[in-house]
Amino acid sequence: MTRLDRLVCGISYGSAILSASIVVLVLGFLIQESYPALAGVPAHRFVTDPGWYPKSDQYSMLPMIVATLVTSLGALVVATPLGLATAVYLRFYARGKLARFFQAMVELLGGVPSVVFGLWGMATLTPLIARLGGSGQNLLTATLILALMILPTIALTSFAAIVAVPHSQLQAAAALGLRRPAIIWRIVLPWASPGILTGMVLGLCRALGETMAVVMLAGNVVKIPDSLLSPGRTLTANIALELGYASRDHRSLLFVSGLLVLVVVTILVLLPNLWQRVRYAES
Amino acid sequence: MLPSLRCSISLLMLSSFLLSGIGCEPEMDSTSSQPQYLSGKLVVTGSSTVAPLLSEMARRFELENPQVRIDIQTGGSGKGINDVIQGTADIGMASRQLLPEEEAEGLVSNQIAADGVGIVLEEANPVTGLTRQQVIDIYQDRINNWKDVGGADQEIVVVHKSEGRATLEVFLEYMGIENPTIKPDTIVGENEQAIRIVTNTRGAIGYVSIGSVESVIHAGNPIKLIALDGVEASSTTVGDGTYKVMRPLILVTPESPNDLAEAFVQYCRSSKVSDLIRRQNFVRPVLVF
Repeated sequence: MTRLDRLVCGISYGSAILSASIVVLVLGFLIQESYPALAGVPAHRFVTDPGWYPKSDQYSMLPMIVATLVTSLGALVVATPLGLATAVYLRFYARGKLARFFQAMVELLGGVPSVVFGLWGMATLTPLIARLGGSGQNLLTATLILALMILPTIALTSFAAIVAVPHSQLQAAAALGLRRPAIIWRIVLPWASPGILTGMVLGLCRALGETMAVVMLAGNVVKIPDSLLSPGRTLTANIALELGYASRDHRSLLFVSGLLVLVVVTILVLLPNLWQRVRYAES
Repeated sequence: MLPSLRCSISLLMLSSFLLSGIGCEPEMDSTSSQPQYLSGKLVVTGSSTVAPLLSEMARRFELENPQVRIDIQTGGSGKGINDVIQGTADIGMASRQLLPEEEAEGLVSNQIAADGVGIVLEEANPVTGLTRQQVIDIYQDRINNWKDVGGADQEIVVVHKSEGRATLEVFLEYMGIENPTIKPDTIVGENEQAIRIVTNTRGAIGYVSIGSVESVIHAGNPIKLIALDGVEASSTTVGDGTYKVMRPLILVTPESPNDLAEAFVQYCRSSKVSDLIRRQNFVRPVLVF
């Protein structure tokens, strides 16, 4: 190894350790802070209690887990087809300046701060959704805004994955007489699927962690939703709403909800990884 | 070149260290040399209801004492109180009375103003007043249409606050109900958010700080305070004691605060800031709580 090489190796090794250890540190901190609650409240009560009223000894977090899953998975379901279609359009149909313009707009959408999305949703989307009944502050509104927020992530990652499909593949498919829609559907998308999946996971993580816009739009009532028009509170919104006003035991409970977010994220990130491994093992 | 760079960096670090040292210990230069000219830095945290008022007071105090810097951060009454207990803030702002266990930690409450908690509706709603029982029935979902309380045929959207908020505690205490019995349609954190939702939602009802909402009403937003049990809700009726749903706005200090904190608290309780309290639609504490 040359000196420079050793230097680069050292720096990158250090950075890798740092990134990895920060996750461990955060996890350790969360466990430490939530320990009083975890020790004082039997675990099943976080699921079986009738409601979430920490000051009245009711600690159910089940409704919040459900709301978190509904809004972020819902956002993924809405944003994936849109993002994928945008990526396909940019790669295969848009020409010249128009393509660059669209790409710039999608990138810009990715840079809009969440509080701006929240304000826009409150002023524009909420009254529209309210026509369906209720206050307009509900899971549907939050899901739609989350979908908008993760759309750029999915579109741009899918675009990068699609662009990376080797030209030879496309030429071979065209030589076989396949038309463009068939090439996209049969060749490009399967080839790009690992990259697209990565984009979906990244989008999902952003949706799971998003707090500000959700607090502003989801209604924040802690109950198991009976429809998308029910208000709901996500785990992250719970922390944002109550932390500033929480006394010690209550605070510790809020760290439990932080811990739960991390658990949910871990499971949802690991699932596609596992799935891919299984697929590789099969082929 | 390298040594000179390193030298200037260490100088920089040294000077910032010195500066922060000055910032941390205000009592040193304020008491020892010239007691009449206060100097140093105060950290104040806590209630977002008190913060705008205290910012105005702090600005005036800083004008009169150019050597003083007052740093105000919000985060809720609970945070303000905790920060004083833990010593990370010199003064805490709270929009509720101290709890017995907080007083047991050696905290002192200094009331600077009072604020009412009023029921708000969108301006277009024809209802102008409700009784205590009607509000309870609305919040517990026994009444869910405005036509049952003399309004239009319109579903009621109940806006509630998240657990721990001072306005929520004052509201529940006055109504004499427990939080788990309430069936809200929307839960919000801050007064501003409640005001925004009530302003934008047909048939919404909420309860907010009278001080905050009066400023918003003066600014022309379509929201209104309604009478409760026949008593008009306004800073005037809170001030003369006829409107009963109210809470004290207090500054929390340790039992023996530093001189600067002591001076600032006294200043906030003096008549020099009465106009600021009035301008924020709060009320001077004439009543004993």
